Amino acid sequence: MAYSDKVIDHYENPRNVGSLDKKSGEVGTGLVGAPECGDVMKLQIQVEGDRIVDAKFKTFGCGSAIASSSLATEWVKGKTIDEALSITNSEIVEELSLPPVKIHCSVLAEDAIKAAVADYKTKQGGDK
Amino acid sequence: MKTPIYLDNQATTPVDPRVMDEMLPYFTEMYGNAASRNHPFGWQAEEAVEKARGEIAALIGATPKELVFTSGSTEAINLAMKGAVQMYGDSEGKISGKHIITSLVEHKAVLDTCKHLESEGCEVTYLEPDETGRVSVEQVEAAMRDDTLMVALIWGNNEIGTLNPIRELGALCHERNVLFFVDGTQCAGKIPVDVQADNIDLMCISAHKLYGPKGIGVLYVRRRAPRVRLVAQIDGGGHERGMRSGTLNVPLIVGFGAACRVAMEDLQRDLDHSIELRDRLEEKIREKCDMVHLNGNREHRLPGCLNLSFSYVEGESLLMGINEEMAVSSGSACTSASLEPSHVLRAMGVGDELAHSSIRFGVGRFTTEEEVDHAAERVTQTVTRLRELSPLYEMALEGIDLSTVEWTGH
Repeated sequence: MAYSDKVIDHYENPRNVGSLDKKSGEVGTGLVGAPECGDVMKLQIQVEGDRIVDAKFKTFGCGSAIASSSLATEWVKGKTIDEALSITNSEIVEELSLPPVKIHCSVLAEDAIKAAVADYKTKQGGDK
Repeated sequence: MKTPIYLDNQATTPVDPRVMDEMLPYFTEMYGNAASRNHPFGWQAEEAVEKARGEIAALIGATPKELVFTSGSTEAINLAMKGAVQMYGDSEGKISGKHIITSLVEHKAVLDTCKHLESEGCEVTYLEPDETGRVSVEQVEAAMRDDTLMVALIWGNNEIGTLNPIRELGALCHERNVLFFVDGTQCAGKIPVDVQADNIDLMCISAHKLYGPKGIGVLYVRRRAPRVRLVAQIDGGGHERGMRSGTLNVPLIVGFGAACRVAMEDLQRDLDHSIELRDRLEEKIREKCDMVHLNGNREHRLPGCLNLSFSYVEGESLLMGINEEMAVSSGSACTSASLEPSHVLRAMGVGDELAHSSIRFGVGRFTTEEEVDHAAERVTQTVTRLRELSPLYEMALEGIDLSTVEWTGH
């Protein structure tokens, strides 16, 4: 199967790999997927005010899953929470030229962003 | 050293140059039809076919008349199974019935033929192997019924290399007047095969797995004790004693014969070479990677087959990292939308997560030590890099039991 140049680039040079302190109140963590399905993404955001100042990811999955989550971290960085939530999987599909069988990777990346934001909001709600 | 390194010798093998040399004249100079009885072109072709038939028979301990040429193992499997059911299904003799015993780890050619036979009134028992992919004599004995016609089992598994106890299984079948069909595709030319001592009634082999050409195979059909008869699946000029019509492919048959002769001469050398390199590859990988699982049976295994799962690394991403350097096969069919791991690993009870990360390395006659070392280096680098990227590896290092996590499967 042929991968697009952008997928290969993200696979070979993934952006923002790593972990943020998941216990911090400013960090939201999204963990989506399942090992038996062959994809698990962990995407974390660090928020100041309503702006995402840092993002990190780790992904167990195929090259397209790694690329989708790597791209997602690049895109959410510097955005407000609402802007990040407006990122859709079809934008990821378009940017990475994912074939139909790999669309689920982009869906998972969108889910990961939403899950990270939801976790952050829960933590903020808990503080108040 | 040329890259990519070929480490997929269970899928196919290159034609040995010694084999190629013998085939070539039969394309251009000695092009007669082996069925042409009235001129030297035909006689020459027939002589070449019979020489090859003898060489193939010698490799597996058969007599030349017991071999039926086919296009490969898949066709031989279809002929053996469908042909036997049509011949004996409603027979009144000792060999009769419409019940077949097979296993869940067979090649698709056997499983799909079984499905077809089920649709035509056969009953099939699919045995579940042990965790190493092996079927036991006791299991087969327990599954036997009065109407059992055939036991159809793979000798050396193409995905994991596990060897079944063929000789003991064959003895049981003969004791019970049950036909014993063996898929010997991965074994002929790799380990000693003797259809007499191993109590085999029907066996398929394929030339391209033993350094011969693609598109030619053979079905061994026992002629004595018992004499096995089959209903032909291809009608026509009555070639191969009526069991498989169609003009014989002389150059490919010549190549098949040469490949068997070379395999017989080099059997011990090939066997030692493959085991040495297979074990070297595993050792070199384990030197730098922990949490590596061997799929299959360490003791009863094809000499060239190494199937490993790398925990916390997904198979397709691993392939993507090593593909440029080596040709291997993955147990995960992740390219399909349904994400289906190998039916063999699943039947052995390997969890989907490990099944997704399995890679089959197949070394062979032409694999070198340098290639194995290079492959091990690249695999361990890639696994290490992907584990640094893996949230599962991170969680495992933190001591989290992954089976207790609530995943959001999709």
